[in-house]
Amino acid sequence: MGNLSLVLVNLGRNWVRTLLTVGSVMVALFLFCTLGGVLDTLKAAADSGSRERLATRNAISLTQWLPGSYQQRIAMVPGVQRVAVQNWFGARDPQDTRSFFAQFAVDPNFWPMYTKDLEIVQWTNPPVQLSVPAGQDPHMASYFAEKNSCIVGAGLLKKKGWHLGQTIQLAGTIFPGTWDFKINGVYANRPGGTWRDDMMLFRFDYLSEKGMGGQNFVGVYKLAIADPSRSAPIAKQIDAMFQNSDAATLTESEQAFGAGFVSMYGNVPFALRVIGLAVVFTILLISANTMVTAVRERTNEIGVLKTLGFSDGAVFGMVLTEAAVIAFGGGVAGAVLAFLAVRGANLGILPPLTVAWSTLVAGIGIALVIGAVSGLIPALWASRLRIVDALRRVD
Amino acid sequence: MALVEVRDIRKVYRRDTQEVPVLDGLSLDIEPGDFVALMGPSGSGKTTLLNLIGGVDQPTSGQLRVAGEEIGRLGSAALAKWRARHIGYIFQLYNLIPVLTALQNVELPLMLVKGMKAKERRERAARALDIVGLGDRLKHYPRQLSGGQEQRVAIARAVVSDPTLLLADEPTGDLDRKSAEDILVLLERLNSEFKKTIVMVTHDPHAAERAHRVHHLDKGVLSD
Repeated sequence: MGNLSLVLVNLGRNWVRTLLTVGSVMVALFLFCTLGGVLDTLKAAADSGSRERLATRNAISLTQWLPGSYQQRIAMVPGVQRVAVQNWFGARDPQDTRSFFAQFAVDPNFWPMYTKDLEIVQWTNPPVQLSVPAGQDPHMASYFAEKNSCIVGAGLLKKKGWHLGQTIQLAGTIFPGTWDFKINGVYANRPGGTWRDDMMLFRFDYLSEKGMGGQNFVGVYKLAIADPSRSAPIAKQIDAMFQNSDAATLTESEQAFGAGFVSMYGNVPFALRVIGLAVVFTILLISANTMVTAVRERTNEIGVLKTLGFSDGAVFGMVLTEAAVIAFGGGVAGAVLAFLAVRGANLGILPPLTVAWSTLVAGIGIALVIGAVSGLIPALWASRLRIVDALRRVD
Repeated sequence: MALVEVRDIRKVYRRDTQEVPVLDGLSLDIEPGDFVALMGPSGSGKTTLLNLIGGVDQPTSGQLRVAGEEIGRLGSAALAKWRARHIGYIFQLYNLIPVLTALQNVELPLMLVKGMKAKERRERAARALDIVGLGDRLKHYPRQLSGGQEQRVAIARAVVSDPTLLLADEPTGDLDRKSAEDILVLLERLNSEFKKTIVMVTHDPHAAERAHRVHHLDKGVLSD
């Protein structure tokens, strides 16, 4: 029998209490890591996008349109290389209403802007040889030939069990009606790319024709600029150009746009942090109380151990280890449970929920802090306990 | 040179604002191989004297040399190490750890011996239990043993690390006559056969008869 065995034996003497304490730490860490996962996901969404591209949207709100005519005017601004249209579609899959995925209508300018991010990895071949517009990926011939074409992310294709060439139906929400889309391509993220592979991209002219009566209302313009260091003056110039129009614009880097998009959630990150810390603090108090009770019950035994020659430091270490084992066991279980339980959970327009390794490590670190702090008071008390007081004999 | 040299020891406990003198200038020598009984009424200071000799408490004043060490000057950590090396303690209420088996209880002092392998610890603990007649009760928990057997496990725990001095605080105080007799025979054997120096606190004159010398305490001083 070694010191660790002695610690484990002590933990097992009231296994119901030990299990309940481990369970409470586990639940706390599960909540902490799950909430941390939501924060990680929000951060990932905010960090997506490039500093080398700009996004122009309606200054009032992301839900307000910009006129299609702005595209050419923005393109005329010196330093702007290309202007693409990207519209949120927001339809639902009637076969799978609980599983949401993002869809965007994009114009042909979109694709050359994202060649460093996206790669067409599967495609359908048109029945006859067709050419693609200049500057486009030659594998997108079918996409440009059929108006209801869409290109889906490899992750989405796998998740939905779809296959290349399949025609899928979506139920429109912003643009009502049943919408047919033919999967004419599959994209994958390139290493270091800023896009996600769980989305669907389709032709803006299809949306315009069927959903807007031929008019062009644009949600966001994406701008490729020649010199990223000039992004600020370019953005300022664009916004100044539309300052007194019916639809004033707000131009910012694509990354800032992503962060602004996440800010629509209000101060949810702050609330999540507060809730997470409150839970952890509560469990810290419960753990400390349990450890104090467990150690006080053994006052006499601590006196005996010290009489046998166990030093104050050894007793301190033993009690602290007990608390650490409880907290570490519960912490690891809670963190792993959170990692497994929330992996891939859908948060709507945000990327699939994931718990980052840094959150797991932080969670386990917090569990150890719970162990250390909750064990500190009883460990100090036990180490300072005088043998004669512990044995309660002064005859 | 005496194994235990107690010189003009005073011990005063403080209860709130009140000072309670327990030992008042007591002096005593105990030779190696001796078997000494300390007797006296409740509150006479015999357990306090035992605790001071065993280094579990510190004197208020006076000199206390045990096994060649001035233990009153040792710090907490050094005193713990000294206790592990030199003292085997036997309590009236056995004070076994209830969640450990007899073997594990006896192993406890050996956990403090640096470099001793687990196998050797188990073997030495089993041998100690064999000496006290409990070789067939290694895996029994204290609740599965009688009072006499529990005290024998406690004695095995006290002797397993081969300490210089055995201190017994009313070792038969909680036992029936037969079990008490067995314990006294065992202590006599440890003294005569294994040459252990024993200091025993007792109320029982019958138990005290087994000692070579009996000291009576009264109000913190030796009365004989």
